[in-house]
Amino acid sequence: MAGVGSACLAVGLLTALYAVGASIRGARTGRSEWVASGRRAIYCLAGLLVGAFAILEAAFLRSDFSYALVAQGSSTDTPTFYKVTALWATQDGSLLLWATLLAVFSSAVLFLTRRSLREIAPWATAVLGVVAAFFLLLMVGWENPFDTLASPPPEGAGLNPLLRHPAMMIHPPMLYTGYVGFSVPFAFAVGALITGRTGADWIRATRRFALVAWTFLGTGIMLGALWSYTELGWGGYWAWDPVENASLMPWLIGTAFIHSIMVQEKRGMLKVWNVSLICATFALCLLGTFLVRSGILDSIHAFGASTIGVQFLVFIALMVAGSAGLIVSRLPSLRSTAKLDSLLSREAFFLLNNLVLVGLCLVIIWGTFFPLISEALTGKESTVGPPWFDRLTTPLALVLVLLSGIGPVLAWRRVTPGALRRVLVLPVGMAVAAVVALLALTSAADSPASLVMFTFVAFVLAVVIQEFGRGARARGVMTGEALPQALVRLAGRNRRRYGGYMVHAGIAILFLGVAASSAFLDQRDARLSPGDSIEVGGYDVTYRRATAELGRDRGGTGAPISLGAVLDVRRGDERFTLRPTRNYYSTQDPGKGVVSRFFEGEATSEVDVRWGLRRDLWLAVRPDLASLEKAIAEGDRKFGDAPTDVQALVIAALADRYRRDPPPAAFRAIVSPLVVWIWIGGGIAVLGALVALWPSPEARLRRVRSLYAARVGRELSRA
Amino acid sequence: MEYALAVFALAALVAVLVVGPLRRPGVEEARDGARLEELNAAKEAKYREIRDAELDHRMGKLSEGDWRALDRELRGEAMEVLRELDRLEGRAPVG
Amino acid sequence: MNPARKRKIRLAVALGAALCLAVVLLYTSFSAATEASKPSELQPGRSYEVTGKVVESSVSRDEDRLRFRIRDRDGMESVPVVYAGVVPDPFREGREVIVSGELRGGTFVAERDSLVTKCPSKFTKDEEA
Repeated sequence: MAGVGSACLAVGLLTALYAVGASIRGARTGRSEWVASGRRAIYCLAGLLVGAFAILEAAFLRSDFSYALVAQGSSTDTPTFYKVTALWATQDGSLLLWATLLAVFSSAVLFLTRRSLREIAPWATAVLGVVAAFFLLLMVGWENPFDTLASPPPEGAGLNPLLRHPAMMIHPPMLYTGYVGFSVPFAFAVGALITGRTGADWIRATRRFALVAWTFLGTGIMLGALWSYTELGWGGYWAWDPVENASLMPWLIGTAFIHSIMVQEKRGMLKVWNVSLICATFALCLLGTFLVRSGILDSIHAFGASTIGVQFLVFIALMVAGSAGLIVSRLPSLRSTAKLDSLLSREAFFLLNNLVLVGLCLVIIWGTFFPLISEALTGKESTVGPPWFDRLTTPLALVLVLLSGIGPVLAWRRVTPGALRRVLVLPVGMAVAAVVALLALTSAADSPASLVMFTFVAFVLAVVIQEFGRGARARGVMTGEALPQALVRLAGRNRRRYGGYMVHAGIAILFLGVAASSAFLDQRDARLSPGDSIEVGGYDVTYRRATAELGRDRGGTGAPISLGAVLDVRRGDERFTLRPTRNYYSTQDPGKGVVSRFFEGEATSEVDVRWGLRRDLWLAVRPDLASLEKAIAEGDRKFGDAPTDVQALVIAALADRYRRDPPPAAFRAIVSPLVVWIWIGGGIAVLGALVALWPSPEARLRRVRSLYAARVGRELSRA
Repeated sequence: MEYALAVFALAALVAVLVVGPLRRPGVEEARDGARLEELNAAKEAKYREIRDAELDHRMGKLSEGDWRALDRELRGEAMEVLRELDRLEGRAPVG
Repeated sequence: MNPARKRKIRLAVALGAALCLAVVLLYTSFSAATEASKPSELQPGRSYEVTGKVVESSVSRDEDRLRFRIRDRDGMESVPVVYAGVVPDPFREGREVIVSGELRGGTFVAERDSLVTKCPSKFTKDEEA
């Protein structure tokens, strides 16, 4: 079957190239049958890639180690969920996922626009075909997921234990859906540029795709942060690592894009800006994919020199150069049809928000690529660390949150200063009240930046609540509905607006969590023996006893050995226990002894977190294996040739010994205030995005009616 | 061997599917159908703007004078779209 | 003020802001940067971010300190390192690591929590320490 899979890729590449050619032919000659043929080719491509994906998944599920990828990333003792997701834990598999998602999304958008955008759609098809062809070429030429091994090994290497976390496995598909989602508006923007139809039509058709992409990308980023917080041993959620930054950059520009297209839809302005933004977003999406695969930036995610880094760089360069050239050549047709009436308008503030977002992105680009920049400028390679990033992004983030509160309060075109003052009275009042309360009741003044952020968050939340309230009341006056009903109807008929307000509220809450948890956390590292206790963030943590489990780890990751601790925690009347552990996975390395094999493989920290609305208590343990070293070495010597069940007994004895007489273990305890609100705020933002995305029933009815009208028109003119 | 066979079979399948539309070169599809939908979308967007402006006025963001001016402008733009629509539908009468 | 003048003023403001940002970026990054280096190129008296491989059989733990030797990716000479803080999960002999600190008296004294381990095989996404 591997041959069939490989064939799907090869035929897919040809199909994609055909789609490009047929669509261009159809676009230039105006012959719709070629356009239809090109569209069909994309549908076929989707079919081929879904088929290939299914073949590969099947191989993973039955642990077919003749597939190089399965041998590399999975094993018979990997739990089923991780067998399925191990497919995209590898480079080749992730390329396949990217290409498959691209083909499916392209098919969806082409199907939805098959009767509209007659001039732009063929060019968009061609662009999507080119991108698909690139990824297929990478696979066919260099990183084929269907490579087979001449002599399949009896057991696979297993999924890296660090990745055995649900968030981590859903994270790549989310990110890729985001990246792929942005390729759709990009393709249509290019089509709009080429055909000169640079009005708002291409935006209206692809707006939802951009929003879906933004949502998935944001979710993927948050899942990565959640994984970092709950799985890794350092207790943080964001390290400004190049790979983290790589996914954040397109998200920031994507956010700018989502806002500025509204300006073009409403006022016909910012046409050049919009096409530039979407081209930049897509380039950053490719860059993000590339950064993870090349060794160009030293980060823990770098995998040495990759075999496809250069190709990505070339492709990105071509895309950027092509887009820039196209935009410049079409500048005349991108002239605004309106001008900025007043600085006190939504358009102006959207533009301001765009500038801040682009500024943030530039800061992150600078910091991420600083090793290369400094080497080019000074000959010495230097890096900047998280403190620099925090210092530069904090003021911009503060401005961003403030703007997200002012925007909803404004109207399009212009707002009279008097009206503005009236509308701002309540939110500003709330913000002032918040500052006063914080200064009086908490130690928030210790961190001025956080204090400012809290104030702005209060402002934004007050604005959002006020907008909902006043809007419902205004609607009630117009339609005579009761307030609750008016509220629901209001949001229902203005989904974009009120969904957007929800997103603003969610993001504000997210920043609240970020500010509180980063400025006011309390961290303690200690070596404890059973009976010892430490105090952290108001909690009394006592190490009660050690634990040792075999084959039954808490996270369900299939770890053979799991050593940990039970700790009693007390705070006032609160009492609970935490059980952090450390999982040890065996290595296949033949150079290691049979017993030490279990302790010399990968090891991961299974953190235990006590979630709370006001604060989290995060605990990690690192058992000291030094005391077991002698026993392990002895076990290697004595039982090297013993049958496996005897070896198992030896391991069990060692585990027992650790449990009964544990040496002092290293603990890290972190109390982070309000950190759970990061995830809650993110969830609210996603909900808001869904509300904004949801098609309104009237729109559907109108669309159907206009389709019938068009059909009647067509048939009549043919007769 | 399996690879070559699969390539041949899949390529043939795709070719058949993809050539389908080419064998029936349709009459130049009335572009009007697409234009109609685009104009309708533009009309709906304009209507939404008019409604939004009224809501903004009622919520106190726009003064009476500003709102009336804006409303007049937007209604004028909507009428343009309707005029374009009528012109198009005039060519292919509907109902 | 006529529209053309307004547009020019706005352009000037935007360019001014961009220039400000550029200056801030240049100034803060170069003053906050740590120089990247290989173990064989370390000089005493300044802080570095060193990238190198952990020498086999050189790892020892005492109390809460980790001691190991680090060498160039393709080199033989090694430098002893003493480190306190979180040890990332993938840390192992023979693996490539990045650690920040200063060379003092022949030993590289590492900054707390600055140890980062590169993953040995190809993964698609994040591994962090």
